[in-house]
Amino acid sequence: MTVLEIVDILKHRFGADLVGSVVEGTHPHVVVRAEKLVSVCEFLRDDEKLRFDLLRCVSGVDWMGKNLIEVSYDLISIRFGHALAVKVILDRAKPQVETVSGIWQAANWHEREAFDLVGVQFVGHTDLVRILMPEDWVGHPLRKDYQDPVEYHGLKVKP
Amino acid sequence: MALIEGIFEPGLAVTSVDWVLNWARKRSIFPMTFGIACCAIEMMAAGASRFDLDRFGAGAFRATPRQSDLMIVAGTVTFKMADRIRRLWEQMAEPRYVMAMGACSISGGPYHLHGYHVVKGVDLVIPVDVYVPGCPPRPEALIEGLIRLQEKIGTHTIAKTRDNFGLKKKL
Repeated sequence: MTVLEIVDILKHRFGADLVGSVVEGTHPHVVVRAEKLVSVCEFLRDDEKLRFDLLRCVSGVDWMGKNLIEVSYDLISIRFGHALAVKVILDRAKPQVETVSGIWQAANWHEREAFDLVGVQFVGHTDLVRILMPEDWVGHPLRKDYQDPVEYHGLKVKP
Repeated sequence: MALIEGIFEPGLAVTSVDWVLNWARKRSIFPMTFGIACCAIEMMAAGASRFDLDRFGAGAFRATPRQSDLMIVAGTVTFKMADRIRRLWEQMAEPRYVMAMGACSISGGPYHLHGYHVVKGVDLVIPVDVYVPGCPPRPEALIEGLIRLQEKIGTHTIAKTRDNFGLKKKL
């Protein structure tokens, strides 16, 4: 199934909750309203013709200039071999979105990574703690306005 | 030697205690099974049949710090790992040796200037005996580092010298 057909199905099903879509290029994706993310994802996984059974990646993107945080969910269907990304746009001051770890187990650690490095709050996540940085680290290092701490446990962070 | 010549049975060699101790120590350096990043791949290659660290008595990688003499810090040391490295090093029995393998563990390497998560050299955490530069170093370089370490062990003495008199010198 082509990306165009998938987007058509989604448009038909969700209408105005589908904020935007990019069909061309290297990363075809749809942008959905954050409140509708879980129902869109459930539909993408369970629909007979779509069957997106694998979540490849969850990435957080910091758009500091636009004061936004974007979360991108890269999906692939092993059965049909088609791929699509779903994106949500969040407020940078309070980036909150419902977890999809109940739909794909793979999301659990990916969401922890996005929380750790970009600071996205995933509501309903079972164990939202840091995964890469030490647990007592302050701040989210991949935010564009991140300031390095002077030292950590007695070691200087910058040379 | 004239004084003791003919006193002992044939087949007996006379030498210093230092020499025997150092000879035994430097030919049975057990490294710890401890690879943090890509340098560990080269370390594994050095331990495998083609380069064969066992030729130098250093092929027995121990899975516990309590049985190891040498910690080869093979890879990028993050702040999260630094606490663990310190703890592992403290668990090693003396005399213990540390080898910093590769640019990352020497100075932070490619993460020196902009890395937010990398310790700028493992020598800020634990004392290092031998530095092996490279990114990553070839197994030959690691073997060179090991021979340098053996040379260093060869200079140790159990006698009290002016330098270590009254001071328990931490190695």
